[in-house]
Amino acid sequence: MSILINGNSKAIVQGITGEAGSFHAKQMLDYGTRVVAGVTPGKGGQSFEHGDKRVPIFDTVQAAVRATGATVSIIYVPPPFAADAILEGVAAGLELVITITEGIPVLDMIKVKRVLDGQTKTRLIGPNCPGVITPGVGGAGCKLGIMPGHIHKPGHVGVVSKSGTLTYEAVGQLTALGIGQSTCVGIGGDPVAGTNFIDALKLFNQDPDTHAVVMIGEIGGSAEEEAAAWVKANMKKPVIGFIAGRTAPPGRRMGHAGAIISGGKGTAAEKVKALEACGIKVAPTPADIGKTLASVYRG
Amino acid sequence: MKIHEYQGKDILRKFGVATLKGVVCESVHEVEAAAEQLGYPCVVKAQIHAGGRGKGGGVKLVKSKAEARAAAEAIVGMKLITHQTGPEGQTVRKVLVEQGIAIARELYLGMVIDRVTSRVCVMASTEGGVEIEKVAEEHPEKILKEWADPTTGLMPFQARNLAFGLGLEGKQVGKGVSFLTALYQAFIGTDASLAEINPLIVTKDGDVLALDAKFNFDDNALFRQGDIIGMRDPHEEDPREQEAKAFDLSYIALSGNIGCMVNGAGLAMATMDIIKHQGGEPANFLDVGGGADEPKVTAAFKIILKDPAVKAVFVNIFGGIAKCDVIANGVVAAAKQVGLKMPLVVRLEGTNVDLGKKILRESGLAITAADDMLDGATKVVAAAKGA
Repeated sequence: MSILINGNSKAIVQGITGEAGSFHAKQMLDYGTRVVAGVTPGKGGQSFEHGDKRVPIFDTVQAAVRATGATVSIIYVPPPFAADAILEGVAAGLELVITITEGIPVLDMIKVKRVLDGQTKTRLIGPNCPGVITPGVGGAGCKLGIMPGHIHKPGHVGVVSKSGTLTYEAVGQLTALGIGQSTCVGIGGDPVAGTNFIDALKLFNQDPDTHAVVMIGEIGGSAEEEAAAWVKANMKKPVIGFIAGRTAPPGRRMGHAGAIISGGKGTAAEKVKALEACGIKVAPTPADIGKTLASVYRG
Repeated sequence: MKIHEYQGKDILRKFGVATLKGVVCESVHEVEAAAEQLGYPCVVKAQIHAGGRGKGGGVKLVKSKAEARAAAEAIVGMKLITHQTGPEGQTVRKVLVEQGIAIARELYLGMVIDRVTSRVCVMASTEGGVEIEKVAEEHPEKILKEWADPTTGLMPFQARNLAFGLGLEGKQVGKGVSFLTALYQAFIGTDASLAEINPLIVTKDGDVLALDAKFNFDDNALFRQGDIIGMRDPHEEDPREQEAKAFDLSYIALSGNIGCMVNGAGLAMATMDIIKHQGGEPANFLDVGGGADEPKVTAAFKIILKDPAVKAVFVNIFGGIAKCDVIANGVVAAAKQVGLKMPLVVRLEGTNVDLGKKILRESGLAITAADDMLDGATKVVAAAKGA
């Protein structure tokens, strides 16, 4: 078991003919992900070839869904067109839309979020995230994202994170300790995102195959504090955390649009304190994430 | 992206928000002429991005031509030091000369993106002219808030809630509502991430006007905001940060002596953290991004080394999209190009890691390889201390 995606998930790649979309479509196919369709307006009827695999391309998400029965899409569309691509996925009735695109204007995302809040069918992951992976070999798993598949190992630890490469770091440490993962979810580092920590924690809480969770946050906002309070009140499984940006200066955006300490709020120290107060063990350094998880759970 | 007060007021006027008459000047002579034209009293205000201009001596009320000249001589070209500029200060290149006005009340207005509700939050307070963070801390009940639904925008009833809440009376209410509505339009129309009018003033004549104007813009939306990009003032930006931007790198200068090059913002922050944890001080935040290629890595390296405080460099890469061999080639090429003399610690992990390590080993350069992040941080901190 897992959350969000598994070996049976049928996925569409929106923006499959672009540079990022085509590169990662190949990587996902190699991992064993069932990429059943691509969407690029104007290129419907063509196909995307990789080795002996042939993925049909459609002009619209709706057409791709009708023809293939896909329930998930992953978006590699450039920022000016990404909000439109997300809403196209929502309108087509997809269950899950994963948006990798970095740099979407926040006012665009506010409109998208308003639409998402008015319906229950589609969940959005991201934007500006590494995607989602349920590790598994020989088609048993599903990789929908840009993460290196080979560092993952099937198992029972859920990972939820705002960061990309820092998640790889954490996963790499878990795998090196022999601890596998149920599903790893990158929720992204933007101020307005489709799925937050609590949404992901709820799913992990309900998943019988997830036995413990790693939560990786960063400076800015208050999502980590809210998640910690939720964990204290509801979570039945051990959760450990890490907060990046202990040394970040206030008022400066640290790469991610959301990673900024403003008005003295959103500091790492505050977040660590809030997590610990809710019973979440926090790794003292990014090199200790695996060890900290191992101290509360043996895979 | 940030702009100057006078540019903020240009935006306000464009969207029909009430402001005072003002003239932007670059010389003492221009200030004198502007003051004569506006009449007395008027105010000479230094134009720098940092806040705290008044306390630093960058804002002066003048009542005559002689006073205007004296104020201009003091302010134009001065190194203005405020709590936001750092000890080196910021050179004043432009001043805004603005008409003086009899103020009855000083209020606060702000608009920000609220992450919790995913909406634009409009904040108003009767406690204008002071630091709003302090008010929020000590008297949160004194900050009134309304959240705009993106499908309708800020509704008139919401603007009225705020106007009445601010204690506006009679004709002031309508003026306040117009002000709020127009400011919201300006916020949306320019893809702002923050708009702050502090203070918003009620004049003795009952007008509602912006005495100051602060805007920040969403960098992700600049592609559709040509007018805003045109307002960029390169003098206000760190030249290394600008150079980094040209290569699509995210670089922030810090005060330590260990240069860092990392892929990914989260890992870059975490790398700074672990350096500090091991007793060192990072000299910068630098995210080379996912699509790091050789020219980008070379550019990143050169930018790091332009900081004279840097005594050692730590490259920490977890290759996902970025391939370790590509990064390794970039590091080797850059180190050779700049004739690198200082210690270089490299940690590579992920896609094509073995190939990457081989390239470093065979480069003939004195590169210290690290097994993992902790090992790398420990080695680079020791190297910086020994250098």
